[in-house]
Amino acid sequence: MQVLVPYLDEYWRAHVLMRGLERDNYGLAAVPANAPINVRPDWKPAKGAAGTDPDLLCQQALDGFATRFAICNVLHGAQAIFSEDLSAAFCRAINDWVAAEYLDRDPRLRASIVVPMHSAELAAREIERKAEDTRFVQVLVLEMGELPLGRRQHWPIFRAAERFDLPIGIHAGSSFRHPPTNLGWPSYYLEDYVAWSTGFAGVLNSLISEGVFVEFPRLKVVLMESGVTWLPAWMWRANKTWRGIRAEVPWLEKSPADYAREHVRLTVQPFDAPPRADQLQRVLEEIGCDDMLLFASDYPHWHYDGTDALPDGLPADLTRKILVDNALKTYPRLSL
Amino acid sequence: MNVTVLDRQPDTDTQSQLGFVDCDVHPYTKSPSDLDPFLPERWREHRRTIGARSRSAFSAAPNYPRMSPGTGMRTDSWPADGSHPGSDLDLMRAQLLDAFGVAYGMMMPLLGRGGDERNVEFGAALCAAANDWQAALWCDREPRLKASVQITTEYTEAAIREIEKRAGDRRFTQVMIPPRGLEPLGRRRYWPILEACAANGFPIALHLGGTSGHPSTGGGHPSFYHEEHPSYPQSKEALVTSLVIEGVFEHIPNLRVVLVEGGFAWLPSLSWRLDKHFQRLRAEVPHLKKLPSEYIRDHIWVSTQPIEEPERPQDLLATFEWIGWDRIMFSTDYPHWDQDDPRYAIKVPIPEVEKQKLFRGNALAFYGLD
Repeated sequence: MQVLVPYLDEYWRAHVLMRGLERDNYGLAAVPANAPINVRPDWKPAKGAAGTDPDLLCQQALDGFATRFAICNVLHGAQAIFSEDLSAAFCRAINDWVAAEYLDRDPRLRASIVVPMHSAELAAREIERKAEDTRFVQVLVLEMGELPLGRRQHWPIFRAAERFDLPIGIHAGSSFRHPPTNLGWPSYYLEDYVAWSTGFAGVLNSLISEGVFVEFPRLKVVLMESGVTWLPAWMWRANKTWRGIRAEVPWLEKSPADYAREHVRLTVQPFDAPPRADQLQRVLEEIGCDDMLLFASDYPHWHYDGTDALPDGLPADLTRKILVDNALKTYPRLSL
Repeated sequence: MNVTVLDRQPDTDTQSQLGFVDCDVHPYTKSPSDLDPFLPERWREHRRTIGARSRSAFSAAPNYPRMSPGTGMRTDSWPADGSHPGSDLDLMRAQLLDAFGVAYGMMMPLLGRGGDERNVEFGAALCAAANDWQAALWCDREPRLKASVQITTEYTEAAIREIEKRAGDRRFTQVMIPPRGLEPLGRRRYWPILEACAANGFPIALHLGGTSGHPSTGGGHPSFYHEEHPSYPQSKEALVTSLVIEGVFEHIPNLRVVLVEGGFAWLPSLSWRLDKHFQRLRAEVPHLKKLPSEYIRDHIWVSTQPIEEPERPQDLLATFEWIGWDRIMFSTDYPHWDQDDPRYAIKVPIPEVEKQKLFRGNALAFYGLD
């Protein structure tokens, strides 16, 4: 919190200092900062938490992969704070902080706009405020919050995002308003982590069923750190349910899988690849769309070593699309 | 896909010769008072005055209204007298048991709902009553039907008493637990119940359901049945994760479970994901001695309905192969709207040996039936 204080406006700075909030840690409980999966050992700075040194980040995450553009996603508890006003103040500070401390430092860096998700009105206002800066290329939300993402209360956020060509980046994790599984609270972080991919299935069911992609036909969503290989089974089941009970959601004009292929993108870390290359090939065929996968280093999280971020056995043309073309198409503001 | 179904000729002869085992059949009462003969007067009185109290919004309807009358029944399954689908043995014989030459039908009663009851004494009484009702009204009249022991996981002593009481009674083949309880089933507090199942020779049927009060997604309550229905696989994924990662199968090596009414196509990718992230976080779970996928292979069976329908039908075979042909058991879910018809459900030819396993052999072995 300390680093954000200079980026708060006068009122909120005084407010935060009065309450001593700058001494608290509002990191997300859903993302334990020191868990091995969240800190790759050779990406850990000598001082401070992983990812907090912009120079090191550029050197490791950008130079290391010869990256043309990299999108910074600040995973912070600001968007989970219960007070909408405080949440919005922290989000504004984070967005101004990331612009000054990261984007100004390296022309390859881009960022996502962090928004107070539990107030659609304030979130839309923050999108409008930051959209002027074209280095912000996406809106960042958590996969699990108070309400399923597709609920109509959230639509002002989608409306603003679509207006400015900003995809909605949905990151793994939860504000823990509810247990991360519908069976209740698991015991282990490993269980939470595995549950993120099942949460994304719920996110897609919500976005599609509510008609988000009918109302906002240009909107794209990017599922980040979601795993990839769960997608075919989700498609088969969602399509089957839709065929049986589409009378409940008559606004849908095509199958859930087809909405996903048009509007949903997934980052490739972690991939959760099958053990064999032929199985991977089959999963890619089942996904049935070369446009859906986007490269991500997931820096500084630890899913792979060296620069070995893609699963073995990807076809060359798909690799090219994953590394470059799909991202340029998904994020129109990268080409501005 | 629908065209493919319509174009295919019924396959009844082959499969009726198989005499398949149906791992998910739902018997119903004609009226809630049908359980009264099996309830002590104290609880009959309670049912009349206070009634069922679960953790969902409505007193006697599901949170998500279904799309056909009778909370989602197959529309042609209503008995002539207007009583509830699944409540008439003769109709069940005509539409299911005799129609397909079913060898055995595993009953999964969704009535009484003792497992959901917040008053656990009442819940335990409802479970015991549902067990007596299954045995007397169904198994004794139709030996092809097998009963599932109902328990409430929130009252350990009563659950264990009920399991021990039914042990050795060949009419009961398994213990049925609605997995959406207060906490994930792998948590330590449930181990005495899981131990009792294994100790008394019962596999556990984890049929979707339960009214935990937790939203069906980690991001809150969805709006539509169109979201609730496809959330069942996610429930099953959390269930497998909990049982495996908590170390249940390390602690109870002879425990066997079958997942019912959640489909199965999600299981391979869940296994890949579990194995991948277990390797990074294994220090957190030192009680695990094998890869998560190995526990899954050794302890978990799946039933098929509602069977996933890949856009390329042959992809189903790869899914079966990954899970293991000896781990998959056919189920219809009669008389629900989304039941699978054994003639049409699998839209790709299966070799005869594997077909025998899937429709019959695996279930006979799993339940120790002839």
